[in-house]
Amino acid sequence: MSASCPPTGCATCGSDHAAVLKKLGLRLDKWDYVVALAGNPNTGKSTVFNNLTGLHQHTGNWPGKTVQRAEGGYAYQNKQYKIVDLPGTYSLLSASPDEEVARDFILFGRPDVTIIVADATCLERNLNLALQITQITSKAVLCLNLMDEARAHKMTIDVRGLSRDLGIPVVATAARQGEGMDELLRVVSEIATGQLVTAPHRLAIRSAPIRSALLKMSAMLRETFPSLEPVEWVALRLLGGDPAIINAVATDTLGGLPGTSTTTTTNGVNAKA
Amino acid sequence: MASPNPSPGDILETAEELRWKVPPDFQEHLVEDIYSESARIAGRNVSRPGQSTRLAWQSKLDRLLTSRLTGFPILIAIFAIVLWLTIEGANVPSGWLATVLLDHGHPLLKSLGNTIGMPWWLSGLLFDGMYLATAWVISVMLPPMMIFFPLFTLLEDFGYLPRVAFNLDRVFQKVGAHGKQSLTMAMGYGCNAAGVTAARIIDSPRERLIAIVTNNFALCNGRWPTQILIATVFIGALVPPALSGIVAAASVAGVMLLGVALTLLTSWLLSRTWLKGEASTFSLELPPYRPPRFWRTLYTSLIDRTLFVLWRAIVFALPAGLVIWLISNVSIGDQTIALWMIHGLEPLAWVMGLTGVILVAYIIAIPANEIVIPSVLMLTVLFTGMHDMGQGAGVMFESDDTTLKTLLVAGGWTTLTAINLMLFSLCHNPCSTTIYTIYKETGSWKWATLSTVMPLVIGFILCSGVALIWRFLS
Repeated sequence: MSASCPPTGCATCGSDHAAVLKKLGLRLDKWDYVVALAGNPNTGKSTVFNNLTGLHQHTGNWPGKTVQRAEGGYAYQNKQYKIVDLPGTYSLLSASPDEEVARDFILFGRPDVTIIVADATCLERNLNLALQITQITSKAVLCLNLMDEARAHKMTIDVRGLSRDLGIPVVATAARQGEGMDELLRVVSEIATGQLVTAPHRLAIRSAPIRSALLKMSAMLRETFPSLEPVEWVALRLLGGDPAIINAVATDTLGGLPGTSTTTTTNGVNAKA
Repeated sequence: MASPNPSPGDILETAEELRWKVPPDFQEHLVEDIYSESARIAGRNVSRPGQSTRLAWQSKLDRLLTSRLTGFPILIAIFAIVLWLTIEGANVPSGWLATVLLDHGHPLLKSLGNTIGMPWWLSGLLFDGMYLATAWVISVMLPPMMIFFPLFTLLEDFGYLPRVAFNLDRVFQKVGAHGKQSLTMAMGYGCNAAGVTAARIIDSPRERLIAIVTNNFALCNGRWPTQILIATVFIGALVPPALSGIVAAASVAGVMLLGVALTLLTSWLLSRTWLKGEASTFSLELPPYRPPRFWRTLYTSLIDRTLFVLWRAIVFALPAGLVIWLISNVSIGDQTIALWMIHGLEPLAWVMGLTGVILVAYIIAIPANEIVIPSVLMLTVLFTGMHDMGQGAGVMFESDDTTLKTLLVAGGWTTLTAINLMLFSLCHNPCSTTIYTIYKETGSWKWATLSTVMPLVIGFILCSGVALIWRFLS
């Protein structure tokens, strides 16, 4: 059989995803990009995680299965990705330890891409978290998971319309069946490498006193922490008196990466294996 | 303020000042804005034909599984069936493994040791101590685990656990604990250390502590095999063979339910004393039922649970086998260390309706509950001097259910001993891994100590009470 296209061409071609995805499991000593997996409880984050890394972290069908961060890796188009499975939360207001873990990682860990896994069958509630995440980071993609269940409910979702409204890419998936994972990988790599620039929809603040306070705070923050991305969000938290954020400013760790220094390999029973 | 780069202190000061100028409830308004924005976006992009958000069969099943009337009976029935399948199914492969590893494997190794001229103490340490302890653990524990864990995982993947939590929620609220504690308890049925970690899903520190301290009353992986074995050998044997499987399963389910009752009782006591406070409300989501992917579930439960627990058991059985062999063969004065310990603990054990051997085994098994039964057997052989059945002092020997019973009866066991061992297995200190996890999660030795001592005290009261009544009646 004569090769009409050199085999190396296939391996680098963006449309041949199966061939370029290498599941690395835990064998990851260095990485080019960090990807965070966030989302409401029981939306299939761990299933997406397993799908990408080839790990077999147990995925129970109940909310709160992952309480610690789980980490794994994969390689895609010659780039190594470290992927961090965050505990499922409904918000990022850090009322509980697991919400704090998720929020701190997105804020301080500065992932290159955040995959927001959402349950397509109850989108409204899932968007609450998605909108909170896009206030903190713009490098996000919505993984509209459980599309198989949405179809069983005879629901239709306008994926492009959703993407337009949120200002971030949306990929429809059914992770249990492996559906849509190729596209997810492609979008993640495009965001990570900067090929795709996202402009998330941010909520307008109507109240005048808050707007002016925010303006003042943001200006100060920008001067002191030039590399800080979610300036407005941090300013709002400071105005609200969030102790964790106040502490981060006081100890000058806002721009640093304290969240990435502690490494928890996997959750639950696995943690001791 | 004229400095070009404000210091962090300046920023915080400004925030402090400005905080007085913004409406105090502005954050709630922001959250509300986010919620209404979500509703708007979702409304615009999602279209569904009907109003039903849950499939019809799922709602029907939910009503059945969570109703006040049928919820608990179904829960108990499901667990009884799972236990019965485990007990009935594990016998055959257990015997098969015992034949290969013990009847044939052990003599083979011994003769190999003799052939290459190994000194008696080395072959004793290696083959009579470490190898036999490990082989025993594998043949007793592997078969029930290979049946029990996949069944449990299938239930979990199907989505049954949140329904259990829903049923128990009312009860947990009544005793002043958090409804999510039922989920951490469910996790504890796999491993208490994991259950303790899972308590992070509970927001309030008070209720989280209650969940952590009481998690030990959920029978863990290491204790299921003990329960199942003793129930099969002693309790099942009290009735005609046709019924023995069912009776044994029912008695294990009974111990499990007692564990739930003790969890509730101690939670109630704690929320009335050291951890006073109101139960906080929360919304528990009932996820849709999802048909488990059978082969994937078998695979993950084999890797994540079965092999994990087995590995842990073996890791701890090796040194335990060594220790038992040593204390059985090293003498202080006129008797071995093991005998000193057994005789010393005998009075306490008598009060509790147990034997000195059992208490010594529980001391040896502090690192892992998995090795309680092998330790009991090894020490019983030593204590009874039934050397014709085993191969010498401190040798864990091969056995099937009948010889097992013969041996234990010779070691002074009665039905009372069996019942109290099952009770003590439920109520004793957590394994060292769990204690350490409690310390890590709470950051305090006080709570770790309480979690260790409280079950011991309850176990002592429970066993002594049963022994007292039993002796009074007979």
